[in-house]
Amino acid sequence: MKRAAFTHPWMPVLLLIPQLTIIVFFFYWPAVEALRSSFYLQDPFGFGGTFVGLENYFTLFQNKEYLRISLFTVIFTLSVTFFSLAFGLVFAVKADKVLRGASTYKTMLMWVYAVAPPVAGLLGVSLFYQGHGLITQIFALFGYEFVVGVNYKDTAFAMIAVSIWKQVPINFIFFLSGLQSVPRSIREAAMIENGSPFNRFWTITFPLLAPTAFFLLITNITYSLFDTFGVIDVMLRSEPGNNPMTLTYKVYVDGFRGNELGGSSAQSVILMVLVLALTVFQFRLIERRIHYT
Amino acid sequence: MAHVSLKALEKIYPNGYHAVHGTDLEIQDGEFIVLVGPSGCGKSTLLRMIAGLEDITSGDLEIGDRWVNDLDPADRDIAMVFQNYALYPHMTVYNNMAYGLRNRKISKEDIDAAVRGAADMLNLNDYLDRRPSQLSGGQRQRVAMGRAIVREPALFLFDEPLSNLDAKLRNQMRIEIRNLQKKLGTTSVYVTHDQVEAMTMADRIVVLNAGQIEQIGTPAEIYHQPASVFVASFMGAPPMNMLEATLNGAGAIEVAGLGAIGALNSTPYSGPVKVGIRPEKVKLSNRQEGDNQPFIHEFTEELGAARLVHGRLGDMPFVVNLHQEDMIPEGALFASLPVETLHVFEADTGKRVAV
Ligand SMILES: Nc1ncnc2c1ncn2[C@@H]1O[C@H](COP(=O)(O)OP(=O)(O)O)[C@@H](O)[C@H]1O
Ligand SMILES: [Mg+2]
Repeated sequence: MKRAAFTHPWMPVLLLIPQLTIIVFFFYWPAVEALRSSFYLQDPFGFGGTFVGLENYFTLFQNKEYLRISLFTVIFTLSVTFFSLAFGLVFAVKADKVLRGASTYKTMLMWVYAVAPPVAGLLGVSLFYQGHGLITQIFALFGYEFVVGVNYKDTAFAMIAVSIWKQVPINFIFFLSGLQSVPRSIREAAMIENGSPFNRFWTITFPLLAPTAFFLLITNITYSLFDTFGVIDVMLRSEPGNNPMTLTYKVYVDGFRGNELGGSSAQSVILMVLVLALTVFQFRLIERRIHYT
Repeated sequence: MAHVSLKALEKIYPNGYHAVHGTDLEIQDGEFIVLVGPSGCGKSTLLRMIAGLEDITSGDLEIGDRWVNDLDPADRDIAMVFQNYALYPHMTVYNNMAYGLRNRKISKEDIDAAVRGAADMLNLNDYLDRRPSQLSGGQRQRVAMGRAIVREPALFLFDEPLSNLDAKLRNQMRIEIRNLQKKLGTTSVYVTHDQVEAMTMADRIVVLNAGQIEQIGTPAEIYHQPASVFVASFMGAPPMNMLEATLNGAGAIEVAGLGAIGALNSTPYSGPVKVGIRPEKVKLSNRQEGDNQPFIHEFTEELGAARLVHGRLGDMPFVVNLHQEDMIPEGALFASLPVETLHVFEADTGKRVAV
């Protein structure tokens, strides 16, 4: 293999500096800062704080509301991940069958992905709008009054629905390209050996999609936890009241609305640990198997 | 075990391309049929129609005594071996072979016996727990064969199964496949563009050209009595020499620019013809006699057991295949074209002139 050699040892360092600067200032420094301030009880007016050790964490775990929000976050993450993967897969399988129309189909679904989260949230909210929202009207047809932002369950439903809606296209695209990379002859060999299309899908096609599916699983969990912030924010308009929210949104509410920096930092440290665990899990599994070549 | 019957099969692809024209073919029980022809002539299309992977536009297809036009591939009692093996990458060799049987609700013990039997036959016993990615090309090909034979189908279909292997392995696998098929006695249709495979493996060869059957015959018939210019030039390496000529009603053959080269005893046809002669049938000498024609020697290819003498007859390229012991004579060369070894084809239709 050909290697490009640098004439001076400081040259690569120099080239790395911009990237390193960004990482340090926007990732490591805030992370360290969050960890530090999670051990302090912040003065509400910003005049320094008192060191309290792990007390912020203990307070959190005894806080009923925090536990309730954790539970909601779990439900939220599981439903968003499951349904956006499921819809993405179903659409991809259908699209894969009618390959001719696939390019327009793909573009149409990609539009949704190109919509920024707050806009998707807005559009979603407008679907659930009091009175004349499309979905509200559909519910009204069945005699149910659907009120987002007031009724806990209705808001939860709307949040989950809009978050799924936003994530389906990316899953669709990945699944579709995964499906299209399954060699035609393998499918045909299976067609000759197995007469049931359903059974074929689960014994041949899906296992071949497993690497894609696993990658998407992790991406979708991360999305549900963090990237749904915009959607939730638009629905709650920064005034959570007794509406459902996720842990990420809670960090924002406590830190920026409630000016409770210590507790909020502790919460974000917990989320960081979660992401770390997820990443470790992902790399472990990727190392272990799930690729066949 | 089954006979297979193709009656007036047609294939027109959705884009309007007419890939297979009215094909009739009767395949006997246990026969090894090779479909051969240049790339794009419709071999795979025809094979895939038999497999059920392509719709049949019109005509009738019978396997055994069943009319199978509308049957799914899985219901046709066939097994197919693909060019790129098409093994299931996420399954072990064992499971690759067992997959088709499991879908037929066969007992675990019977599956195990079938898989191990096939593995024995194909020397795959040591690899049953491996994934396809951990095997060499030849071993993958064996697994693909194993997968086909465990199911004991009525019909084997092969689509250029050896073209991804190197030359040495290809020769070896060719012989293995043929021996295996003889042992099992399973009717087989084998697609290849390689005339050596066609000649050495087939009970009968079907030569295809542009979606049409040019000739059906045993390898000897195809080689010694090609039905058309196409078959004559496609089968044989180096290919048959072709000369433009005219055939008169009395049977005399007159080559453009050379003159008379001989006469047929009788002919039902007269007019412009193409005259073919296999390179190994030509004799070279340095004496002008009879209908000998002057041969301009250009260069020689040494092949060991034989040598190919390239040159011209008049202004037409011409190749002579000399046996290793036959020396190229000194001085001016003359080629003799024994009239009984000539193949005469009508110039416009390319059909063989019956003599
Ligand atoms: N799905 C298809 N749609 C349209 N034309 C096709 C399709 N598949 C093959 N063809 C055309 O049909 C002809 C025969 O193809 P094929 O049977 O694969 O040839 P071979 O196997 O002899 O090389 C080719 O000209 C090819 O381009
Ligand atoms: Mg082909």
